[in-house]
Amino acid sequence: MTRTQLVREGKRGGRASRSRRLSPALLLISPSIILMLLLFAWPMVAGILQAFQSPDGLGLDHLERMVGDGQFGPAVRNTLLLIVVLLPVQFVLAIVMALLLHQRPKGHGLYFYLWAVPIAVSDLAAGLVWLAIFTDNGYLNSALSTIGVGPVSWLSYTNPTSQFTAILVAELWRATSLVMVIVVSGLQGIPKDYDEAANVFGATYWTRLRHVWLPLLKPSLQVALILRTILAFQTFAVAQALTGQDFPLLVGETYRFYTALQNPNVASALALVVMFVSMAAAFLYLRVLRDGTEGAAR
Amino acid sequence: MSTLAPSRTEQSDDVPVDLRPLRRLKRNRLLLQLACVAVSLFMVVPFYLIAVAAFSSPAAMNEFPLRFLPTAFSVETMSTFLSSTGVGAGLINSLIVAVGTLALSLVVGAPAGYAIARYAFKGRDQYQLFLLFTRALPIVVLSVPLAELFLNVGMYDTPLAVVLLHTALTLPTTILVTASVFLAVPVDVEEAARIFGCGPLGAFGRVVLPLALPGISAASIFTFVLSWNEVLGATILTLNQRTLPATVLSSLSDSPLTFRFAGGFFLIVPALIFIAVMRKYLINMWGTTIR
Repeated sequence: MTRTQLVREGKRGGRASRSRRLSPALLLISPSIILMLLLFAWPMVAGILQAFQSPDGLGLDHLERMVGDGQFGPAVRNTLLLIVVLLPVQFVLAIVMALLLHQRPKGHGLYFYLWAVPIAVSDLAAGLVWLAIFTDNGYLNSALSTIGVGPVSWLSYTNPTSQFTAILVAELWRATSLVMVIVVSGLQGIPKDYDEAANVFGATYWTRLRHVWLPLLKPSLQVALILRTILAFQTFAVAQALTGQDFPLLVGETYRFYTALQNPNVASALALVVMFVSMAAAFLYLRVLRDGTEGAAR
Repeated sequence: MSTLAPSRTEQSDDVPVDLRPLRRLKRNRLLLQLACVAVSLFMVVPFYLIAVAAFSSPAAMNEFPLRFLPTAFSVETMSTFLSSTGVGAGLINSLIVAVGTLALSLVVGAPAGYAIARYAFKGRDQYQLFLLFTRALPIVVLSVPLAELFLNVGMYDTPLAVVLLHTALTLPTTILVTASVFLAVPVDVEEAARIFGCGPLGAFGRVVLPLALPGISAASIFTFVLSWNEVLGATILTLNQRTLPATVLSSLSDSPLTFRFAGGFFLIVPALIFIAVMRKYLINMWGTTIR
């Protein structure tokens, strides 16, 4: 009698049938809500209190300490710069990779596997891998020396541009696979009929890309964009492995304040900054790409 | 023989075949392969180089033009790394934490993902927004105060504490990814199973789950990797029971380059194995046509 009905399209049906559906859904989602409230809500409140603590109750002492720190400005600048440069390059590369695979070249299974492997590499490991390449006695300088160039101190603080480029390349290598897999599975979700129809009417490759694939990929790209932006704000182990403290990033500063300077309050304040900025970015995407979400929800 | 050959050429002269499309096709195939090889080199060469670095003798790593071929093969660098303090225990802790996180977030997350995909319940949009919101929280905001909480209940410095933190991190992603996976399974097949007498659980277990399994295993890749990769929270929540990345990170500034290269390689090895094991599902996911 109380057997639940499966919903075909969104919110269909009257009020009475909806309330009958409520209970199994609630049953399914309640464990996740309970767990997340326990692990998110309380620590978050505690973290905010920690950041605004001062000798006489609440105050801005820790925030002042944070902003007054010499590394804070560079950390904000570096974090934003990394995101603004990395994400467009990364998405273009990932879409190109997915489209290459979509053409089914010989050995596409192997290519997909090779290109997906960096997904499983931690950012710390990626930093260490590229350290072997960019360090003074590393593989890049070794290769350059055979053609009589160099050696160049790529990771020295006197070369901020090459420092930044090294971190950028390492991040591009490590995290593009994630976007690629999301785009590949998005491409698979596009019915072949659309593409064939466009083909029959004589659409070129670029027209099909522009008017068939990219619009239909929008939900996948939106998910990937939100995911990658939030993760990019948390980049830190790559920079830590490649340059130590020479290239400060926001989360790296949190780590430094918590471990080296033993100051959890300023660490919490820094974390709040990262939180607000990444949440603002997520909301911005949702607002700008709103029609995409509705497409994703069927 | 000699009479046949001229007649053939004559024939092809009579009927001019436009070879341009074929040539264009061949050229495009070649360019496609070249592009694929170029991308593959970018992805694979760093793996190769770190492997060479990790398996060269420390003396060879001190020479200046480094050898690009593993001619100075030696396990000395790796064995020094593996016998360093905390590395073995860190590896075990890392595995416990990653598998624990994977299990917990699937058990809690997959039902919620199914609910989002199949039921239009009141507050579904708010719930999804809540998930995105929690996903947007940086881990540091949680780990600093959580360290205090875990200290009070005596769970500080245990793998369980890290599992809980990592589950909090991965759960929103698991839910959203499994939701999209279940969305891709047509409702019709589930309804058909119900019509033929399956209960809700039977229809789920016999029809939906097999169809969703490739997608769910892809979701598990994310979960496992997120946990395995996570280094900051693990460093903050532990002191002696460090995970492997936490061990490497905290000894980064005072360790020789060879230690770091060996560490980098070793952090990658389980990832390589994991992707190799998951390969079947990756290919499955690749081969699955949703319609």
